[in-house]
This record gives sequence, structure tokens and C-alpha cells, in this order.
Amino acid sequence: MSGNPYQDDRGNKDRTITNTGGSEWTGAVRSGGRAERVNGDGPFLIGDGMTGGYGTGANILQDCTISVERGEIAVIVGPNGAGKSTAMKAVFGMLTLRGGAVRLNGEDITRLTPQARVARGMAFVPQTNNIFTSMTVEENLEMGAFLRRDDISATIAEVYDLFPVLRDKRRQPAGELSGGQRQQVAVGRALMTRPGVLMLDEPTAGVSPIVMDELFDRIIEVARTGISILMVEQNARQALEIADKGFVLVQGANAYTDTGKALLADPDVRRTFLGG
Amino acid sequence: MDFLNAFVALANFVLIPATAYGAQLALGALGVTLIYGILRFSNFAHGDTMAFGTMVTILFTWWFQSMGLSLDPLPTALAALPFGIVVTALLLLGTDRIVYRFYREQKAKPVILVIVSMGVMFILNGLVRFIIGPDEQRFADGERFLISARDFKEITGLEEGLAIRTTQGITIITAVIVVALLFWFLKSTRTGKSMRAFSDNEDLALLSGINPERVVAITWVIVAALATIAGVLYGLDKSFKPFTYFQLLLPIFAAAIVGGLGSPLGAIAGGFLIAFSEVSVTYAYKKVLGYLLPENMEPEGLVQLLSTDYKFAVSFVILIIVLLFRPTGLFRGKTA
Amino acid sequence: MTRRDASLFVIVAALIAGTGVLQSWNSALAIVNMGLISAIMALGVNMQWGYAGLFNIGVMGFVALGGLGAVITAMPPVEPAWAAGGPRVLSALALGVGTIAGAVMLWRRMRKGPLRPAVLTVWLVAGFFLYRAVFDPAVQAIEAIDPAATGYLGGLGLPVMLGWAVGGLLAAGAAWLIGKTALGLRADYLAIATLGIAEIIIAILKNEDWLSRGVKNVIGLPRPVPYEVDLQESAEFLAQAEQLGLDPVIASTLFVKLCYAGIFAVILLALIWLSETALKSPWGRMMRAIRDNETAAEAMGKNVKARHLQIFILGSAVCGLAGAMMTTLDGQFIPSAYQPLRFTFLVWVMVIVGGSGNNLGAVLGGFLIWFFWVQVEPLGAFLMEVVTSGMTDGSPLKTHLLDSVAHMRLLTMGVILLLVLRFSPRGLIPER
Repeated sequence: MSGNPYQDDRGNKDRTITNTGGSEWTGAVRSGGRAERVNGDGPFLIGDGMTGGYGTGANILQDCTISVERGEIAVIVGPNGAGKSTAMKAVFGMLTLRGGAVRLNGEDITRLTPQARVARGMAFVPQTNNIFTSMTVEENLEMGAFLRRDDISATIAEVYDLFPVLRDKRRQPAGELSGGQRQQVAVGRALMTRPGVLMLDEPTAGVSPIVMDELFDRIIEVARTGISILMVEQNARQALEIADKGFVLVQGANAYTDTGKALLADPDVRRTFLGG
Repeated sequence: MDFLNAFVALANFVLIPATAYGAQLALGALGVTLIYGILRFSNFAHGDTMAFGTMVTILFTWWFQSMGLSLDPLPTALAALPFGIVVTALLLLGTDRIVYRFYREQKAKPVILVIVSMGVMFILNGLVRFIIGPDEQRFADGERFLISARDFKEITGLEEGLAIRTTQGITIITAVIVVALLFWFLKSTRTGKSMRAFSDNEDLALLSGINPERVVAITWVIVAALATIAGVLYGLDKSFKPFTYFQLLLPIFAAAIVGGLGSPLGAIAGGFLIAFSEVSVTYAYKKVLGYLLPENMEPEGLVQLLSTDYKFAVSFVILIIVLLFRPTGLFRGKTA
Repeated sequence: MTRRDASLFVIVAALIAGTGVLQSWNSALAIVNMGLISAIMALGVNMQWGYAGLFNIGVMGFVALGGLGAVITAMPPVEPAWAAGGPRVLSALALGVGTIAGAVMLWRRMRKGPLRPAVLTVWLVAGFFLYRAVFDPAVQAIEAIDPAATGYLGGLGLPVMLGWAVGGLLAAGAAWLIGKTALGLRADYLAIATLGIAEIIIAILKNEDWLSRGVKNVIGLPRPVPYEVDLQESAEFLAQAEQLGLDPVIASTLFVKLCYAGIFAVILLALIWLSETALKSPWGRMMRAIRDNETAAEAMGKNVKARHLQIFILGSAVCGLAGAMMTTLDGQFIPSAYQPLRFTFLVWVMVIVGGSGNNLGAVLGGFLIWFFWVQVEPLGAFLMEVVTSGMTDGSPLKTHLLDSVAHMRLLTMGVILLLVLRFSPRGLIPER
């Protein structure tokens, strides 16, 4: 039995009366606090000394710091279960922080809901379920720009320029596309808000090496337009190659932090995480 | 052999009534399927919501009639319909505010919401009976027929008459307009798309800045309109009785599930499938066969496959057959 | 049982006792008897929902089947009807079952392809017409035998308490059929399946006059307890009534109700004991393990579907038993009296209010909700009298309000259910 009696469904699986497609978030920051200006310079986006876990659960992150500068690519790598995705979700406000702070562009946004962070220029591409499968490619992009009230056609054109294949498939339901194309839709959707920072949770999970290289090229292109990229990656070596900065996490804490090149050159990192 | 008369008889007793009934079921099932898609539970109070909306419309109709207002030759109820929708929408929004919203904040499991909707069902059921009573009410006025059987016989010279009641005509036209509007809304407007997005992937919709409370509120308003229209059309076509409306829940659920829960197109297809099966299986084919077969082979009995009392059985059997072969329903809804 | 649970039961007992003092002991005992039956129904639904999370919204159908069980067991057989068409009806039914069984066989044996559905359709259509050809004349013959008094086959003339078991078995059989189909599909479709089958069972009972006289109802079911008239003629009973200072008529009705209460209470206690024992056994632990984590239970090699089917049949059988007891208590079987709000959803209110997953809770809910179901009307009438006392007599609003009191009970049930779900979601006696 779960702690919350309203969440006890007694194992009922009757799909004629219940739809399981609802929200899967558990610990997201609920009612929004306010953002506060903070003094001093810092990185464009930083999750500073974050400690916390999902909902009321145990701490997964221990004093973990993740940051990214404007227009740079930062990559979070580490072994399975190191809390890579959790760290990124913490930056995005999807879990309860018991210590530390998140600052964006000189503002403390620790108490903002994920939605409010989107409005402030953060865009997030979840690892799974990151597109509206029943909607067309173009509708996916339109939904990405839901908060914008201005003309979005230019941004749509930019996304199509970045991912030309999507232009041909714009009237097709996104759920019918291949894995790599779906990821392009997901990234495109996130870019529609014209974010300051784009956060990607394992964008290359389950795609072929060729598609992966292609996707990384696009991500570099996005970064060149001045958008910061914060990315969790399973393919550590390839990711570090394109990264300006790398964070190696172990058990929810920072193990190594350096530039991508330096980490690739570091013998300890190579031996422990990159397989020699 | 008399194909023409046989066809006219079939149209008169099966095709036209089933089309009207199918349109009513489809509108009802659309409401159920929208709630399932957005609020993620099957709303047991839907039949009683239809009854409530119809009741309000009837009360307005009586009031208009007492003031001498009339749309002759159309039924006065059509003028009262918008008021019925508004009151029902306010009721549903109020119910959401007082009852359902709390469970959303608690992130309650859908099955809890199903049980909650049972409570709402009891309350609405009691409320309707309390206000208008449990008895049958007829509120159709205006011209009774578009084409009466006698006129049809005179015009065509056929032996068999074909009658189209005004209410059947109104039902079909209204249903077409409502469905077209609904699909245009869902396909082409920003708000409609945001509803589809929310139904498709709730978390991603939140990430895109779609306000869930707004989506839910709009859904209730649309459901109020669909339920009231479906209820009023059914009441005009047949008659209004609270218990009958409660019982409509089974064919409506069956239609929504057969079509694929969460799929609006499926709800419509399901509505017509259920209606046509119900009417055609419980119709006595003696007359039709009488025209088709040579005289010495005319059937003795009524040639009725099942007594009309078994119409619920028909919806149910269709449902089981469809689910056995296509667990997600005809239009791949979210079941299974 | 904790002190809090005990005090809840005391409160309900006090409410019923209050009825005895303020209204009459006859009404109080009537509430007790139907409360006992309601408690058994709630136990049945609680097994399904509380132990296994199965959503049965066709309780009405199982209850009605139970009633049918009592009728076909206890009513005297109508010999001329049997002679007229009994064997023929039975062979028609056998033919129907054979057709369906044959269809299932065909489906399994034949290879996939366009031929299979075609052959199946021909088989089923031919079977249907053959069935009707055998069935219809037999039914006509049976229903022609003295339709005002019988017009049906009657029962087996056996003791009515045997009919309670038969009622349970009939419900179990129906549950097996539904469960096999609805739980066997890839996903679980039990809710809509039970909703549908309940309506179908009622339609059959209303329509098949040869079976249970349809809407002409079966009255005068035999009783397991003495009749009031006989008691009033027994010198011994009259003497005892006089000793207690009771009017013989009242004494006899009270005595009959007490007899029923005794029998029902024994059955209820036995059921509670059985289900508590089962719940504490390895079987019960497995059921809860499946409910709390189906995936894990499946991984451990538990056959989840078979367990679900098992508990669905058990719970339905209990509902059928309660239905047979109710028909016996009423002394008549009235198919049109079965309404989903009263026999399906009200039982759900009992379970939820009492406490899902807790047998004592279900029992408490059964008594409490039945008490309210009966007493809301007089209470509401009293309230309305007070509210409308200021209005002029004969004003349309006043008349309407007073007439509508009868519908207050549905409203009240909804309010009770919503209040409990909101403020005490685990029910009055939570599962532990």
C-alpha cells in the first residue's frame, strides 16, 4: 500500500475505466515560489551544491554541482545509477532539493516550478515520451511554442533548416517516425521557445551510431547559435569530445569536473569510465 | 419480389431510426471519450449529466412555451438548448471545483476518480429526480414529420410508407454540425491542439507551458455541451425519463470502448455500430421478407432475432467481439 | 477489533435500537435483516475490490441470479408445464451450449484464414436458428399452461435454504463465464463486462417467462421459518406472547424476523470467519502480494489471472448467496425491482464507506448505509415538513418539495460517499 490513500488503486488494471497515460512526475516543485536576483557573476546556469531526491524519498544527490556557460556544451557522464539524469532533473525543478540552489542568468530560480523555468528560457527534452506521438510533426513544434504569442513561423523554419527531414514529414504523426527522427522532433519542440539553455536527457539512447553522430553535429550547431547545452550522455567518449565542459558523477556527487578534452586525457577518468 | 418496397420498409424501421439513435449515442460517447482522454477516468455520472442537461432544457422549454415563444415548425427545445448547455457547464465546472480538483492535486489514481464519479452520479441522479420527478416527460412540439408515411405513399405511389420525423432530421443535422465543430476545434485551434497534446502526453504538455487546469475546464464545458445536446436529441426523439438516461450509460460506454477509448473518431464509429446492431437485431423482419420472398414462402413468425428487451445484450456482445480481436478498439484508443 | 471499531459498531447498533424505540421494533428488525444481507453483499464485493482490485459493477446481476436460484429450487414444480415442454426446453438449452462450445472448438481447431470466420458465422447462424426452432414452441407450450397462476416450469420443490447454495452456484457459474472472457483478454475489461452482463441477466429474467414468470413475478416462496398465521393459531405461542405482554400479531411478526435474523447472522459470521481465515492463510497472503505488486508476483511464478478469476468467482458467489437470502426474506421474486443504483452502486457505497479491504468494515458499511437508505426518507420528510411549514398549504412548491422527498436518499448516498472518499479515503475501518 502506498502512503497516499488516494494513490492506492489496489492493483486495478481495468482499462475500460482508467487511463494510465497521466503524469508520471512525482516530486516536481509544486506551487511556485518566486525567482530572486542574486549578486555577483556566475555561470549562465548553475545547480550549486544540490542535495535531494524524488518526493519524500532518500537523497540521491549529495552536494552536486552542475553548470554551463552561455553558448557552451556541458555534458554529465558517469556510471549507471550515478544520478546523472537526477542531477539534470534537479536543475529543472523536478525533484525536491534539500540543499543547494539553482541560478539562471543571475536569478535564483530554486523555487520555481518546471513550467515557470520553461517560461524563463529553459528547455528540457526528456529521455522517453518526449514527443506527442498522435500529433503531426508541425503540431509538435507548435505545442513547443505554446507559451509564445508572437509569430512562430520563423522559428519553425529554423528548426526545419536544422533538421531538413522534418520539413518533408511535417504532416505525419510524430509517432510514425524512426527513432532518430523522433529525437529530432523532440529537440525541435524544445527549441521552439527560443530557449537560453537546452537540456537533453540521453538524446542518443537507442539510436544507431550514424544517427548519433548526426545528432551530435546538430547539437553543436545549436550551441553555435548561442544556446547553452546541458546534456546527460551514456556514450561518454563521444559526448566528451564535443563538450566544452564535462561533469563525471559517482553516487550523486561530483567525481571529476574539467573541460571535455582534459577529462578525455585524464588517465583516471579513462581507466574508470571510458574503458581504457 | 419487390425490392423497392422492401427497402423502404427497411429504411423506415431500421436505417433511419438507427441513424438517429447512432448519432445520439455518438454524441454521448464523445463526452465519455473526452473525459477519459483528458481526465483519465470513465465518468459514471455521464448518463446523469445528460439527464441533468436535458432537464434544464425542458424547464426552459416549458418557460418559453408559457410565454408563448415558439420556433414553429421546429421544437421550442432548440431555443432552450443553449441555456441548458450553459447551466450544465456551470454545474460541471462547479463539480470539478468542489469534487474532482482535490483529487488531481493529490495525484489520485484514476480508479479513485471512477469511484468519485459514482458519488457524483448518485447526487445528480437524486437531483434530477428531486427537481423534475422520475416520470416520463415529452417536450417535443412543432411539426411532427418532415415526411409523413401517407405523403410518401402519395408521392411515390409505393405500398410502403417512409416517415421521417422532424426530431430524427434535427438529430442528424445537429449531430453533423456538432461533430464538425468539435473536430475543427480539436484539429485547428490552439486550445484544441493543447487538449490533444495534454491527452497524448501530460508531462510534455506541462513542459510546453500548457496549463492543465485550463485544459480540464474547457473539457468540462465541451462535455457539458455534448451531453446536453445528446440528451435533448434523445429526449426529443423518444422521451425524457431519468432512469432511461442512467441506463444509456451501457450503450454509450460500449460505443466509446468499441471505438477505442480516447479516440473521438472511434466514439462516433462505435455509436453507429452499436445503434445499428441494436436496432437491426431486434427488428422483426416479417414485413421486409414479405416483400422479398415469393408469396408461398412468406414467414409465419415475426422473424425477430431477439426481443427488444435484449438490446443491451447486443451492445455487450458487439463489445466483447471487438475487444477479442482488437483490444484497443476500432480506432486504436488508449485501452490496453 | 480495536476499541474504535467496536465503538463504531456500537453506534450503528444504537442507531438501529433508536429506530426500535422511536418507530417500532418491527422496523428495527427489518433494518437488521436487510442489514445482514447487505453486509454479506458488501463482503462479496470487498473480496473482489478489497483483496484483488477487481472492479465489479454488475453486483445486481449476481444478486438476481441468487434470487433465481431460490425460485428454481424451492418453488413446487408445475407438472403440466414440465409435461408440455420441459424436456424440450432443456434440450434446446443444451443445443445452445453445444453450438457455442462447437464454435469455440472450430475457432481453435481451424487454421487462420478467410475460411475460419466464414465457417464460424455459418455455424453460429445455423445453430441459432436450430436453437430457436426447438426452443420457441416449447416456451409457447409452457407459457400457455395457466398463465395467470403459473405459466412457467416452477422449481424443484426442495427446501429453500438449499436454494441459497444453488443461488451462490448460479452466480459463481455466471462469474466464471464473464471472468474467463473479460479477464482472459489482453487487458482487463471486467468493469464494462460486469456492467453489461448484469443488464443482460435482468433482461433474461424479465423476458423468459418459462423460467421465472418474467415480469409476472414469482410470489409465495416457501420459507425456512414459521408463518405468522400459524404462530397466531398455536396455543403455545399465544401463551408465551401473553406472558411477555405482547400483542399476538406483533409477537408473531417479531418472532419470524428474529428467526431470519438468527439464520442470517450465523451465515454472516461464518463467512467473516472463513474469509478472515483465508486472508491469513498463504492463499490470502498471495492475493495481497498480487494486488500490491502484480509484476513481482508474476515474476515469482504466481498465476495472476487464475487467482483473479478465483476471487472473482468467490465474491460473486457470496453476492448470489445474499441475493437468494433476500428473495427468501421477501418471499417473492420481482425481476423489475432490480435496479443498478440500489443493487450495484449502493453495495459499492457500503464497501467504500466501511473500508475497502477490511471485512469488518464492509459489514459495518452494510449496516450503516442500509440504515441511512431506509431512514433518510422519514428524516427527509420531517425536514421538509419543517422547511415548508411557513409556506401556504397547497402551494405548488410545497407540494413539489414534499413529493420529492423520496429522491433525497440517492442524493444523500452520493454525499456520504463523497465525504468519506474525501476525508477518510480508507473508509471508517481501514485495512490493516
